[in-house]
Amino acid sequence: MDFSFLSDYGSFFITGAKYTLILSLLSAVFGIILGGILALMKISKNSIAKAIATVYIEFIRGTPLLVQLYIIYFAFDLGSITAGVIALSINSAAYVAEIMRSGIEGIDDGQMEASRSLGMSQWASMRYIVIPQAFKNILPVLGNEFISIIKETSIISVIGVAELMYSTNNVRAATYKDIGPLAVVAIIYFIITFAISKIMVRIERRLSVSDKSK
Amino acid sequence: MIKVNNLNKKFGTLHVLKGITNEIKKGEVVVVIGPSGSGKSTFLRCLNLLEIPTEGEIIFEGINITSKDSDINKLRQKMGMVFQQFNLFPHLTILGNITLAPKKLKKMTNEQADAIAYKLLKRIGLEDKAKDYPSSLSGGQKQRVAIARALAMSPDVMLFDEPTSALDPEMVGEVLKVMKDLAREGMTMVVVTHEMGFAKEVGDRVLFMDEGVIMEEGTPEEIFNNPKNKRTKDFLSKVLG
Repeated sequence: MDFSFLSDYGSFFITGAKYTLILSLLSAVFGIILGGILALMKISKNSIAKAIATVYIEFIRGTPLLVQLYIIYFAFDLGSITAGVIALSINSAAYVAEIMRSGIEGIDDGQMEASRSLGMSQWASMRYIVIPQAFKNILPVLGNEFISIIKETSIISVIGVAELMYSTNNVRAATYKDIGPLAVVAIIYFIITFAISKIMVRIERRLSVSDKSK
Repeated sequence: MIKVNNLNKKFGTLHVLKGITNEIKKGEVVVVIGPSGSGKSTFLRCLNLLEIPTEGEIIFEGINITSKDSDINKLRQKMGMVFQQFNLFPHLTILGNITLAPKKLKKMTNEQADAIAYKLLKRIGLEDKAKDYPSSLSGGQKQRVAIARALAMSPDVMLFDEPTSALDPEMVGEVLKVMKDLAREGMTMVVVTHEMGFAKEVGDRVLFMDEGVIMEEGTPEEIFNNPKNKRTKDFLSKVLG
């Protein structure tokens, strides 16, 4: 394999990686916020909130991200980066909502009862007792979701955001080489996702202090 | 202190409580006994509305807590509850478990809440465990902490839902001791339990429940030495052997 293109085009990959990371981070943050709201709507006793969340989650999970991205890009007059972040956030929120819902429902009912019996409100009990425990339990799955987002940002290349995949295509077009640039981008994606999964393991370990018996 | 009028609870078609009427007086230790499925836990859980009664009313310190206008969160602060499964908060230290509610609900400072917590921990003999997490405690220690957690809100009444049923036999004593001390200090208590020894020794009044009604009630002497109801007799002969 010939990697001589790297001397001229290496900076393309670096810029691309920056965009990929920024897109992923923004989408993950908005995805978690929106996903959290949807999860609370889905477990709430309000049937309208519940219905909205259910329809949202089912619809988003049942349609391709690429279609969602095009709809947002063409339906609204947004810049390509904004459209990309919105599409990814909306998409990720549906998955995050389901992760959070199962995390919250996985906490023993006795925790909520104990908290309520002390006089804490439903919301305070969720905030101080249920959600912190649920968050710790779902952290590994949330980490996987973040890694998915990083990989899915490659789809945003189709609307012209200069992230990793778009940069790679530029290099391919300029050098008439395919395998070399694709191998490079694959390695960059892998380094990023592997590093993040290692970081997640460390965070989990730090959060698990309360699980260990001394 | 707690007046219960014609309390009924249905789970779907299952009629668990069939018109319970009773009054728990200040300073009284009421022990509720009965076979499993008799509705005694449901009765206890209705007292602080962990179960919403289908019918009837519960008057706590003159306030009808079953009415929609009453602030149940406020009222629950005055009703401590101890569960069979302890239900300590595993993500908080022992100190954190005890101080959470006083800090969040009574707006105590860390120092005030810690002072109360250490006083309670000293009383249950677990001061050295303050910074540990619940997972490092034995069942008996967990239940003592759960009692301390409820006491930290200085409740007017304590509700115990089979507090020793999930414990290994050798740990039952340490939990009962804390409860006996509490009773001796004049705490109003409602205790659902299978510990007949505790009922005899500490109870002011014993309620025998079966099939969703209070079949018989009286002093421990009356119930244990001279039960009038056939069901009570059958039940006691089974548990006392």
